[in-house]
Amino acid sequence: MAKSVIQEFTKGLWAEIPPFRLVLGLCPILAVTKSLDNAVGMGIAVIFVLVFSNVFISLLRNLIPKEVRIACFIIVIATFVIIVELLMQAYAYPLFQQLGIFIPLIVVNCIPFGRAEAFAGKNKVLPSFADGLGMGIGYAISLIALSIFREILGNGTLTFPFIKYSIQNVLGPSFQPFTFLIEAPGAFMCLGLMLCIMNMLGKK
Amino acid sequence: MGDYILLMISCIFVNNILLIQYLGNCPFLGISKKMETATGMAMAVVFVIVMAGAITWVVNEFALKRFGLEYLRTLSFILVIAALVQFVEMFLKKFIPILYSGLGIYLPLITTNCAVLGVCFINVNEDYDFLHTLTSSFAYPVGYGLALILFAGVRERILLARVPKPLQDVSIGLVSAGMMSLAFFAFKGMA
Repeated sequence: MAKSVIQEFTKGLWAEIPPFRLVLGLCPILAVTKSLDNAVGMGIAVIFVLVFSNVFISLLRNLIPKEVRIACFIIVIATFVIIVELLMQAYAYPLFQQLGIFIPLIVVNCIPFGRAEAFAGKNKVLPSFADGLGMGIGYAISLIALSIFREILGNGTLTFPFIKYSIQNVLGPSFQPFTFLIEAPGAFMCLGLMLCIMNMLGKK
Repeated sequence: MGDYILLMISCIFVNNILLIQYLGNCPFLGISKKMETATGMAMAVVFVIVMAGAITWVVNEFALKRFGLEYLRTLSFILVIAALVQFVEMFLKKFIPILYSGLGIYLPLITTNCAVLGVCFINVNEDYDFLHTLTSSFAYPVGYGLALILFAGVRERILLARVPKPLQDVSIGLVSAGMMSLAFFAFKGMA
């Protein structure tokens, strides 16, 4: 039993890491990875929503009628997204402004919804909690990986979250930032190449 | 009048919702493999976003703002959209079966398309009045459809090319989406 809970947790970290293996939830991956602190903020928001919505949906799984389950899932997820939104507005306002529209859009991000449908609606509370946490952390890791790459090459800086400290000129003073990478086209290409690397590392 | 035309152009090209604002990417990659599906989806998106934009504006203005319930915006908008999509599907099935056979299978997918909710939020955040809301709710999905259809054409050509194995499918799709995004990026010079 204990082992299977750990397995549910670790599958989100590598074997089924959400954006790369499942190719879900791409919009925020492209939009918020301009800098490291944005990516970390978004990652924390997604972890919060995923864990709580998974736990609640799994608690309610015997009460929710099959026919209206999608509407019920949406309401549960939207509730937690609103909580995150209000908390961020209160305690991390600059971050809230930078992420902007992408915080409410976690509702239609396929990941919380997909996990609710595929996992939490069918399993007990503890495995669902582990699944939500694993998937959330996997999602955050991919956000962070992409954002480090894009920020260093695209802007030449690295901004750490929470402590408000940023390293200037990571690659030395003579490095000319490749601005293309922090704009929209660079986001698409980085993600595409990252998927390619993941495919090469994978078992294919 | 010039105001509305400017808004249209800015929504379709300069701030293209798919390639510049990164909204609605999941169905974009899934559905752009064939020209027919891309066209069907583009039409369905225009149809739903215009209606969703109008209705959420009314909900926001006359229900949420009046009673100070703005924090419920996320919840109420997504419910409005889900209900709207369901209703449109039933309506088309009953009264306009020709249109339904074209759009039918794409409608359920639209609820979770973040472009729909995204456009509604943009309208509210920009404080548009009703006519501006209608204009932008029409222009954004037109831009989405344009990008989708153009991209489907590109992707049909990619199928013929010899792509290295790890790059296949979604990966090469994203890289070519990046190229198209670069093309749309040039419109920024117009602003």
